[in-house]
Amino acid sequence: MSLSLKRHAMPEQDPKVRAKNFAEVTLGYTEELAQSEAERCLQCKTAPCRKGCPVEIDIPAFIKHIKEGDMDASIAKIKEANGLPAVCGRVCPQEEQCEKYCVLAKKGESVAIGRLERYAADYARIKGETVTSLEYATDAQKVAIVGSGPAGLSAAGDLAKMGYKVTVFEALHLPGGVLMYGIPEFRLPKDEVVQAEINNLRKLGVEVIVNAVIGSTFTIDELLEEEGFDAVFIGTGAGLPYFMDVPGENLNGVYSANEFLTRCNLMKAYRFPQSGTPIHVGKRVAVVGGGNVAMDGARTALRLGAEHVSIVYRRSEKELPARLEEVHHAKEEGIDFQLLTAPTAVLGNKDGWVTGLQCVRMELGEPDASGRRRPIEVPNSEFVLDVDTIIIAIGQGPNPLVQSTTKGLETNRKGNINADAETGATSKPGVFAGGDIVTGAATVILAMGAGKKAAVAIDKYLQEKIDR
Amino acid sequence: MYKILVKKQLAPSVKLFEVEAPLIAKKAKPGQFVILRINEDGERIPLTIADFNREKGTITLIFQEVGASTVELGFLKEGDALLDLVGPLGKATHIEKIGTVVCVGGGIGIAPVYPIARGMKEAGNEVISIIGARTEDILIYEQEMAAVSDELIITTDDGSKGLKALVTQPLKELLDSDKTISLVVAIGPVIMMKFVAETTRPYGVPTVVSLNPIMVDGTGMCGGCRVSIGNENKFACVDGPEFDGHKVDFDLLMARQRMYKAHEKQHSDHVAGKGGCKCHSH
Repeated sequence: MSLSLKRHAMPEQDPKVRAKNFAEVTLGYTEELAQSEAERCLQCKTAPCRKGCPVEIDIPAFIKHIKEGDMDASIAKIKEANGLPAVCGRVCPQEEQCEKYCVLAKKGESVAIGRLERYAADYARIKGETVTSLEYATDAQKVAIVGSGPAGLSAAGDLAKMGYKVTVFEALHLPGGVLMYGIPEFRLPKDEVVQAEINNLRKLGVEVIVNAVIGSTFTIDELLEEEGFDAVFIGTGAGLPYFMDVPGENLNGVYSANEFLTRCNLMKAYRFPQSGTPIHVGKRVAVVGGGNVAMDGARTALRLGAEHVSIVYRRSEKELPARLEEVHHAKEEGIDFQLLTAPTAVLGNKDGWVTGLQCVRMELGEPDASGRRRPIEVPNSEFVLDVDTIIIAIGQGPNPLVQSTTKGLETNRKGNINADAETGATSKPGVFAGGDIVTGAATVILAMGAGKKAAVAIDKYLQEKIDR
Repeated sequence: MYKILVKKQLAPSVKLFEVEAPLIAKKAKPGQFVILRINEDGERIPLTIADFNREKGTITLIFQEVGASTVELGFLKEGDALLDLVGPLGKATHIEKIGTVVCVGGGIGIAPVYPIARGMKEAGNEVISIIGARTEDILIYEQEMAAVSDELIITTDDGSKGLKALVTQPLKELLDSDKTISLVVAIGPVIMMKFVAETTRPYGVPTVVSLNPIMVDGTGMCGGCRVSIGNENKFACVDGPEFDGHKVDFDLLMARQRMYKAHEKQHSDHVAGKGGCKCHSH
């Protein structure tokens, strides 16, 4: 059989239809497609793909099981390394990770590893997974996880499997962190996928406490000294939205992407007034920024009924930090791209509402510290984008709540927690950290990788604590 | 779940809940707030903590039924429970012995002023309180405020109780008197706080106000509650809710509070449609 250089396409909702609904855009492989795609895997002995996986899933092995039709074995293999495969199969930037190293990528398209991971995870979930609760020793040590996003959930799952009693604390009313408030329903279904994966952790014996703001409800020191925890993992993410610092930014109709997406995803404002949380979407929307969050904001605005949505990004298409797939989907749905464009002011009317976004055109100069060519203003290129809603998606910083209430926890200039890249150990004994709170805003899977490494280090720390 | 142990009607459309929340009661300090949700579809409602009882493990919330969500909240009965309750959020009032403190509360704002007045009194300050309402019927917490104040001045717009004046009038008289006022704390409608700040500004008396912009998460994540303080953006949820009244851009805050005016009616109609509305049942 000759090997196809092209991967199998994944069925999707038609762009015209999906731009009006919040159902998932991609529909996942059928069994036939999955097995056929799995056939493309060469089962390389060296498995270069694994190098690219932050949690080192045994990729050839799980794909082999799909090829052989043993889906249960496939998902079991994935779960040895990854507790949230249905999430990762959907939102990992596989093209930058495992798939980048696939041997097939040299000549054609890599094996669609992410789609196969998703297939195996969805198969198991739909079939009805049986998760057996773990038996804990009566003197099992206790670990507190602060934040229930990808880093915290991955650390929680691994530590539970090692026999520790794990409690996850979440400030919001539902666990999941950015998986719940940030990534939209149409990319990552909340009830079917995110909460289902978290419920699997609960079945393992992980306790999840919502409405608990660490730094206020409990401090880190109280968790260690009064609440009986032997170690703490901090995975509080990058939750503090940055604004542009241009005039008019406080006008009504200007949102941070965090607020816009939280209203829609976590609070289900797309069902207003059945859901009590309102959201304002005008006719014409500008989204400032070029990352995945910007794409999410733009596509969400479209689904909420905006007639025209533009991405405003100061560099060129090549520099867009968003995943190619997201940019592609956004374009298919009719999102307009105002590239090499930078906002200079938000214009408003006397009632305090947005009436436009004043911008300048940019051109690319010499590379800057990030290695990308620095955008430079084109003289006399000012113009006004006619918009009534603006969503700012230019990045997020670390939420200071935990750091400011924990003595002896060192942070860097930006406010991120200083933690060892390999172990997550912080300056405070027994306290580990990982994910965006350490690295600054990055990806779901990098945070999960950090959670896994920290779990190993916490295990070692607690073993030594017993031996002492 | 957070059980409502006591429910009282303080005035027409003003209700009090005493809610079982031991973890919050243990930590709560004057000036802080909570966020609650009534049910699965509920929005996140921020409310300042009016009181707390660490022994009983309860907190007291006082709210005015101004929109669909607070009307729906008012339907809950003793024994019912709130689905979600998180806190304490925000920074606590800075309480220390400084001399004479004037505590100004307007309308529903009298409730959050109460624990501050009590804290100031306990710290050894002379506390003069000025509380105001449109009319006597809707004046709340008079006795509570009297109990923690060395002097209590009442104003109503219509003169039905106390002085027929706005709270700023007796405040100005105090500032003009021989008394040295060390601090003014004012909580109430934004327009009231604005005029209190304008009243004290010429005297250079430090004036603290508590802001209640629209917010979602209450932990610094959404930025919806951003307020302009001395031309710098701050998040009321984590940097506040209390700020230097002389630096607050009150007009901006008022404009931002109108953001969802158009949505409000739609939501009210929906809540009324759920059969909760009691307006026509008697």
